[in-house]
Amino acid sequence: MTPASIFKVAVTSEGPTLADFVDSRFGRAGGFVLVDLETMATTYVDNGSSQVLAQGAGIQAAENLVKAGAQALLTGHVGPKAWTALQAAGVKVVQGVENMTVDEAITRFKAGQFAVSDAPSH
Amino acid sequence: MRELVVISGKGGTGKTSLTAAFAHLARNAVLCDLDVDAPDLHLIAEPSIQRSGPFLSGHVAEIDPEACKGCGACEGVCAYGAIRKVDGRFVVDAPHCEGCKVCVVSCPEGAINFPDRLCGTWYESETRFGPMVHALLDPGLENSGKLVTLLKAKAREQASKFGLDLILSDGAPGIGCPVISSLSQASLVLLVTEPTPSGLHDLERVVELCRHFRIRSTVLINKADLSPEYQTAIHAFCDAKDIPVVGHLPHDPAVTEAMVRGQAVTEGIDTPFGAQVRRIWLNLQPLLEAPSSSFSKEIPS
Amino acid sequence: MIIAVASGKGGTGKTTVSASLVSVWKRPVLAVDMDVEEPNLHLFLKPESVSTEMAQLAVPLLDKERCTLCGACAELCQFKAISLLGKNLILFPDMCHGCGGCLRVCSEGALRKGQRELGVVETGITAVGIPCMTGRLRIGEAMSPPLMGKVRQRMRAIMGKEFRDVIIDAPPGVSCPAMTSVQDADVILLVTEPTPFGLHDLRLAWQAFRPFGKPMGVVINRAGLGDEKIQAFCSEKELPLLAEIPFRRDIAEHYAHGGVLACLDAGMRTLFENLAERVERLERMALMEVSHA
Repeated sequence: MTPASIFKVAVTSEGPTLADFVDSRFGRAGGFVLVDLETMATTYVDNGSSQVLAQGAGIQAAENLVKAGAQALLTGHVGPKAWTALQAAGVKVVQGVENMTVDEAITRFKAGQFAVSDAPSH
Repeated sequence: MRELVVISGKGGTGKTSLTAAFAHLARNAVLCDLDVDAPDLHLIAEPSIQRSGPFLSGHVAEIDPEACKGCGACEGVCAYGAIRKVDGRFVVDAPHCEGCKVCVVSCPEGAINFPDRLCGTWYESETRFGPMVHALLDPGLENSGKLVTLLKAKAREQASKFGLDLILSDGAPGIGCPVISSLSQASLVLLVTEPTPSGLHDLERVVELCRHFRIRSTVLINKADLSPEYQTAIHAFCDAKDIPVVGHLPHDPAVTEAMVRGQAVTEGIDTPFGAQVRRIWLNLQPLLEAPSSSFSKEIPS
Repeated sequence: MIIAVASGKGGTGKTTVSASLVSVWKRPVLAVDMDVEEPNLHLFLKPESVSTEMAQLAVPLLDKERCTLCGACAELCQFKAISLLGKNLILFPDMCHGCGGCLRVCSEGALRKGQRELGVVETGITAVGIPCMTGRLRIGEAMSPPLMGKVRQRMRAIMGKEFRDVIIDAPPGVSCPAMTSVQDADVILLVTEPTPFGLHDLRLAWQAFRPFGKPMGVVINRAGLGDEKIQAFCSEKELPLLAEIPFRRDIAEHYAHGGVLACLDAGMRTLFENLAERVERLERMALMEVSHA
């Protein structure tokens, strides 16, 4: 996968801006920063609708991402059901992204430093 | 951040007593009681509540008696027998309501509301062992694991807040949803068992659960002197499954005596049992330090 | 008569008490293990000729040809067992609660009933002819109540054919599974231990089960081990204390070898025979109160 073919990337985050830290969770993350890689314009996608669910938060989060038009996801880890949902939606997933800001995550992604996952972390 | 989750399959093997002792021995831990159905850790930890909040999960159907015309469409579609006729109108029996919404969408009058369901309360507290997060689920409710997940997230928040790097979680008995949720992101699971037919039988099931979810585990045989035969059987089982046995503890009244005093078994009075628990804690450290499962890592440029 | 043997706390001795009661019960009886996550009753009663029946939950199956991707099913599903992601409708059968809603709202007939394996119901008979039923949850299956529902159905089927009392070994706790197993009972026995954990969880159980309005009695196991606060609690709440099983090393060892406690010695046999009588009396008194009310 080349970063060049991906225009819209979602990063699970603790807040709405590029300066906020990556949230390592997917399903129960507070939200995603959706970044347009060409313009670096950002939109914040609230993930509250997933957090309130007793089960299936990862699936709801995947739906939220798809509705927002994300083509790739940068996050800490994704569970097996969310993984199935994301694969079905054709969203590329990069795991192991944590302990950095959203901005740093995007920079490293553009530089080709991340590998696309081929399996959920658990 | 490391998390040690203590589960057992079978109830009454000593999870809570041991977790309390570990909390006493650890210098840098957040305590987390994940047995939200029947929590007991607070009886030893004596938490002083700092914050609390309602735990909302799912929904429950409520029929507006004014709007109900008594057609019974709702009762006809309810898969759980949660709706019955009372004086010409229909009523939802909340404890049986699964929150599936089918009646809500089937009612021709739109007479059914679907509010959030209040299921319990969570607490963030301080104890002499460090910060503690715990909760109580209201009786009769589905223990879906969501409250467990919420508590684990809060434990991580507390750990960050106080600069601590270890979470000690006391799990629930069984192998259902709440136990499955407790395993998530655990660095190590400690399986506490006893050398009895039930202890071995339930250990087999909970080991299978850990393997199903690919979680690292180690076994502690408590009340080990009750049956040398079953002790041997448990060892054989652990060998066959390639699970290390971290140690044994004898059946000892010191556990109950400490509980009655409101202390962890390693606190207050020095006992041979307490010394053995200290040794077990030391034996756990290298197992806790070992790296847990890995996933796609960043490739350095 | 249906007797549920329950507790708030795990490991207090429900199975010990259930197995012993079954062994001394004078009338025809059916033993049922509703602790489907960790069933242990069979380890003590040792049923033979066990027949195993698979228990399943109806979950949706998709016919892609008929699906128009309208998303009505995904919109309704509260459990995220169906999700519409772009041009794909994905099913997650593990999440399904079996409500049947999606099947009802699909206007294209694109969903039909499939099955998810919940576990099994095992039925056998002990060496002395007592029928024994056990629910056993499949590992990885998260929900107990659907399988418990199947066990209850099988239990009712047997009760419909033969006149038997039922002794139910319930799961620990007071959440949904425990409530599901005691809801049919005529009498609820609460097994506890005289320790702070035992008392705390007994109180939780008493509060949780009270609304059922069934007579409740307490059995203290490992009596002498902790303190006297349980007795004080029972007295305060007017909860009859029906038996106290002493804390003895030989009892613990007998249990550790799979022995039924009522068979250990004459003293234990008498203890459980007395318990059985008191349970029957508790039920009779409750019935009399109702008829005089």
